[in-house]
Amino acid sequence: MASKKSVVPFGPQHPVLPEPIHLDLVLDDEKVVEAIPSIGFVHRGLESLVKKKDFKEMQYVVERTCGICSFMHGMTYCETIEHIMDVEVPVRGRYLRTIWCEMSRLHSHMLWLGLLADAFGFESLFYQCWRMREQILDMFEASTGGRVIFSVNAPGGVLKDMPSDMLHAFVEKLDGFETELHKIADIFLNDYTVLTRLKGVGILTPEEAHDLGAAGPMLRASGIARDTRKLGYAAYGDLDFDIITSDDCDSFARCDVRIREMYQSIQLIKQAVDKIPEGDIAVPVKGNPEGEYFMRVEQPRGEAIYYAKGNGTKFLERIRIRTPTFANIPALLKTLKGCQLSDVPLLILTIDPCISCTER
Amino acid sequence: MANVSRSPWLLHYDGSSCNGCDIEVLACLTPVYDAERFGVVNTGNPMHADILLITGGINSQNASVVEQIYNQMPNPKVVCAVGTCACTGGVFKECYNIKGGADTVIPVDIYVPGCAARPQSIIDGIVQAVALFQKKHEEMKSEKK
Ligand code: SF4
Repeated sequence: MASKKSVVPFGPQHPVLPEPIHLDLVLDDEKVVEAIPSIGFVHRGLESLVKKKDFKEMQYVVERTCGICSFMHGMTYCETIEHIMDVEVPVRGRYLRTIWCEMSRLHSHMLWLGLLADAFGFESLFYQCWRMREQILDMFEASTGGRVIFSVNAPGGVLKDMPSDMLHAFVEKLDGFETELHKIADIFLNDYTVLTRLKGVGILTPEEAHDLGAAGPMLRASGIARDTRKLGYAAYGDLDFDIITSDDCDSFARCDVRIREMYQSIQLIKQAVDKIPEGDIAVPVKGNPEGEYFMRVEQPRGEAIYYAKGNGTKFLERIRIRTPTFANIPALLKTLKGCQLSDVPLLILTIDPCISCTER
Repeated sequence: MANVSRSPWLLHYDGSSCNGCDIEVLACLTPVYDAERFGVVNTGNPMHADILLITGGINSQNASVVEQIYNQMPNPKVVCAVGTCACTGGVFKECYNIKGGADTVIPVDIYVPGCAARPQSIIDGIVQAVALFQKKHEEMKSEKK
């Protein structure tokens, strides 16, 4: 007898989701045959604010695209404007940006590890990850004054400097963080129960990842080496790092890639602290932007694209933000097809969804 | 804080926040800030919840969702708007898709300001919500008598 299909609504309010997204899951018994997303619960329309806020104020709006990678959003916007206006940011400013970027990646991946642990029901591990994440937030608070939204970027550079004793104190703290990370990573990568939930779940082949336009760790976990940091924005051009990939293509690979990226972030911060020169952190910006520019950066979730167009007045004509989660949704729908209902929360998490930046 | 005769359960819903306030709400529930020491328990089910923490403004898509969640909560209930967005619409107030703060669709009892609201002020909001919940609970009991 052919089984009857049923449709289970998932979200927008759901215990595993910190943010609202809605999926209609078409089920054949316990197996998901199709997942139909509907989004828009967090849509604000912040791109339209360019008409009401001038290009300097806009930085504060753009930063609030997403509270997790807020620093990177602010930085990308500023670099876009700097390119349009031909402003050269002092080297120290660029290094400071790099350090804050990598710290953002650390806290974002830690947050993700915690949520992943929560999704497979390992609550104490979730709490451990979030406890560790607070160490990074303390560093943000010490250096910028904010925990999640910092407002330290401005077209022309950064607004706050980090004195060298602070930088060295951070490096010391990161050493402690790394030791703890080894312990936690061991659970994610070697624990029998965790492995049964992750290994072989949610396969995304390299071809699919490429064709569906996946981004970030999702793409790299399918064996495709693409990392926009290699373009050398901020101070990445001066730093030495490899692109981290895995050939396993499953949820475990995504976890593994992110954990290795955290070690890499710590290394990058250390390199940057060693190399950072003395000097100014910002230059004054005069006039209004005229022209257009595309900017690509690597956020914790993958590649983000900014487009801005200025017309010589203090209000920009248009900005457009494409965020990594948006690019990863087709890949998510692919991995959901054919999975078990109980794996759905886990698979949604493996793309590290950030709905508020997807919908802006 | 008034003596709590039972633990109020807490529900968190993200309206159209930028995530900043959301993760701060979550951070409040984790060991460093540990809001649960005030007797609240986090839940995912509106029908079990006594206190609603709402972050972010109201837009055309989520208005009905927020209303529905509010109506599903049993009486008495307390609503706590976390972050400037949930209070007034915040930076996004002038966006075409934002109607305003959470109080445009449901009654809000407690407003926690800040962009992002700091964990300390969120905890302050939760503590006040617990006290208010207690008060509403007692009022309801005496009405019944
Ligand atoms: S109040 Fe600020 S941090 Fe909180 S959701 Fe709104 S924009 Fe984000």
